[in-house]
Amino acid sequence: MATDPRRQAPRPGFVLNVDRQTPPILFHHGDNFRLEKLPADRSRVIYPAEPLPGLPDPEGSIRDALLNPIDDDPLPSLLKPGMKLTIAFDDLSLPLPSMRKPDIRQRIIEQVLDIAAAAGVDDVHLIAALALHRRMTEDELRHALGDRIYDAFAPQGALYNHDAEDPDGMVELGLTRHDEEVTMNKRAAESDLLVYVNLNIVSMDGGWKSTATGLSGYSGIRHHHNVATMRESKSFMDRHSSELHHSNWRQGEVIKNHGPRIFQIETTINNNTFGYDGPLSVLQKREWEWSARDRATFMGMKKGLDIMPSSTRRQIFNGWKAPYELTSVQAGNVESVHEVTLEHCFKQHLVPVEGQTDVLTFGLPYICPYNVNSVMNPILVMCLGLGYFFNMYRGKPLVREGGVLIMSHPTPWEFHPVHHPSYIDFFEQLLAETTDPIKLEQKYEKQFAEDEWYIHLYRTSYAYHGVHPFYMWYWGAHALQWLGRVIIVGGDPRSVRRLGFQPASTMQDALEMASDVVGPTPSITHLHNPPILMADVT
Amino acid sequence: MSKLAKQLGLPRLPTALSPRRVLSALEFPLRAPSTPKGVAPKARVRTTGGNYDTAWARKKPARVARAAIVEGPMRLLVAGLAAPERKGTDRLLDLPDGPLIFAANHHSHLDTPLMLTSIPEPWRHKMIVGAAADYFFGTKATAAMSSLAMGAIPIERTKVERRSANLAVELIDAGWSLLIFPEGGRSPDGWGQPFRGGAAFLAAKTGVPVVPVHLAGTGRILRKGRAVPRPSTTSVTFGRPLAPAEDENATRFAARIEREVAALADEATTDWYTARRRAHAGDSPGLTGPESGRWRRAWALGDRRAKKRRRRWPDL
Repeated sequence: MATDPRRQAPRPGFVLNVDRQTPPILFHHGDNFRLEKLPADRSRVIYPAEPLPGLPDPEGSIRDALLNPIDDDPLPSLLKPGMKLTIAFDDLSLPLPSMRKPDIRQRIIEQVLDIAAAAGVDDVHLIAALALHRRMTEDELRHALGDRIYDAFAPQGALYNHDAEDPDGMVELGLTRHDEEVTMNKRAAESDLLVYVNLNIVSMDGGWKSTATGLSGYSGIRHHHNVATMRESKSFMDRHSSELHHSNWRQGEVIKNHGPRIFQIETTINNNTFGYDGPLSVLQKREWEWSARDRATFMGMKKGLDIMPSSTRRQIFNGWKAPYELTSVQAGNVESVHEVTLEHCFKQHLVPVEGQTDVLTFGLPYICPYNVNSVMNPILVMCLGLGYFFNMYRGKPLVREGGVLIMSHPTPWEFHPVHHPSYIDFFEQLLAETTDPIKLEQKYEKQFAEDEWYIHLYRTSYAYHGVHPFYMWYWGAHALQWLGRVIIVGGDPRSVRRLGFQPASTMQDALEMASDVVGPTPSITHLHNPPILMADVT
Repeated sequence: MSKLAKQLGLPRLPTALSPRRVLSALEFPLRAPSTPKGVAPKARVRTTGGNYDTAWARKKPARVARAAIVEGPMRLLVAGLAAPERKGTDRLLDLPDGPLIFAANHHSHLDTPLMLTSIPEPWRHKMIVGAAADYFFGTKATAAMSSLAMGAIPIERTKVERRSANLAVELIDAGWSLLIFPEGGRSPDGWGQPFRGGAAFLAAKTGVPVVPVHLAGTGRILRKGRAVPRPSTTSVTFGRPLAPAEDENATRFAARIEREVAALADEATTDWYTARRRAHAGDSPGLTGPESGRWRRAWALGDRRAKKRRRRWPDL
């Protein structure tokens, strides 16, 4: 394993100029795939870097990070008998897809708890910092933290999901210099030490966003999860150019002054999403390097997926656990730690790209942060495409202003009624009236956010908060404003039209439709994602 | 008539048909020659016990046969009798390639099959088991069975003998992992016995880490003195591998291994964090139980079954 040449010398990401010899390119298409031939001589494909080598001794590296933190005291010196310790951790939206056991959160929290046990700390709480996401189920918590931690803390009520709507469970810490409210989970806020365990799959994650958003509620989150902030975040994957992050950092200042002492732990993972071997490994290979076995695997897999019902396909893909490896772990001061984390993230994800394009294409996979073990509904299709993938840039967007975005996804008119109840109403009622994010925000956001039934479902069932579909829509607000047209290939025409986009049956049709906006021979760029890549556009 | 045959209720054979009678009725050369009087009999080298040569059991055909036994009938037997819950294998994930010494507490003959079916790959099928020379290697038949089915090597427990230690060191150096029960024998009363220094000595000698393992529940199935097993549930908890510190001798390292197994026992009956806190404070309940009369030791044993996991949330 250690001598595998792919692990020893991973190749960086690169831009392929498509010529006549270039084979058809892989497009993810929800829980299926498409192979598309892109026009020669005016198309290019951006490939992600191969997975960086994982740390050879993850346990040792974690221990080293805890004992030698950045700009902070070693963790053992912060732990005393009789103190109140809270450990918060990222929820099931990270990583994507879920990773094979043991999850990094388990590895880290076990070591933190072992140090706490040595210090004789009795009062320990563990909180899934899920903000307004749905609660994690027992199985999901067991997967993220392991059975040892779950069985030690959950039965006593010391391991639980954050509840942003608990009137007795939240506190206000103050206002930022821009008059933004800062709220926080009461237990975390009143702790002598808050240890936050991050899993930074992309550069957007971590920093002050972890505590300022993850442990906050609607009154705090609405100051940065809004249309104006999203439109000014260019992009929110680049924290120094992201208004979303600036707002979180301002809230972080308030937490620093009025909240608990924070010991931040951040981690990065490599791009090994589909493994070096096995049925899905073909998805992280470059098409012209597919062996006869890869091609046979792909064809067999595609034929199988074509005849399966969608629920079976979803079950199969949700069962996939990625063999990610830890590439870095750093702990200590929030801001100092995050800067190191960003370097590691960019090292894996950034691919230099020269110039923008007229048409940007990508295939959307079966998963996004908000449909783990759930259904990818049309609003999440919009969010993943226009929110996440469009924003996978540093510098300037990959597509020029007024350009066309072509996405590939089946976009079924399908929702998980337990996880996404407010999404259903948002899609069926509000989007039928308007797709303008400003109008939606002004007219309906407060009503959905304060709806008692949605709040009840968020608190007691496994539902995303009532306001969450609005945030998904705002997530794509910058792209909606920037793009001349959005086309979805292979999507359910009814759903696609409801989203305000145009449906196309084939990529050829989509390119013809795009020519109305960008002319007959536009330049085309395909983002070959996942595994994750981020374009450094100059 | 053997004790087992009696317990199984087998009919007694007529005396004339007993194997001893039949053999003694045979004539040379069908039976062994007797030594003439006045001739010193040739000194016989004992080929059982600690002298039994197990090399054949590590050759390829025997290894293939053993793998088939372990993955077939032995796994079925363990699943049927012991329904094991295996925990802590994630603690072995990041180890570099190479052998390990697995040191477990010992309650029952079932412990070895349970361990052999629980130890994860890549160690499971390149494994030797330290077995009591006087018990498992007492006759050629039991020695052959033990060597073949378990990969056992003889360990002298009744006398000081360098041969078994040297063999173990040689095999570990050649890449074989070792399963050893440092208590030296099965528990007589459900409580553990003090760990002897064998595992610690071998770790120091070979530089191979020791994995502490706690077994629970096998005593209920087939405790010492019982011949017929009674199905029940068991758990196997693997701990973090331990290496001897620079200034630590075998006795102190053996005591540390025992403490880690005790902490794992605590983890199996309480919860992980409570166990870690008590381990750090040196308060883990010992494996050997209170020093008192028999009934009080039995009373203190109580029901040490692991708590049943209770699902609290629905699976949506």
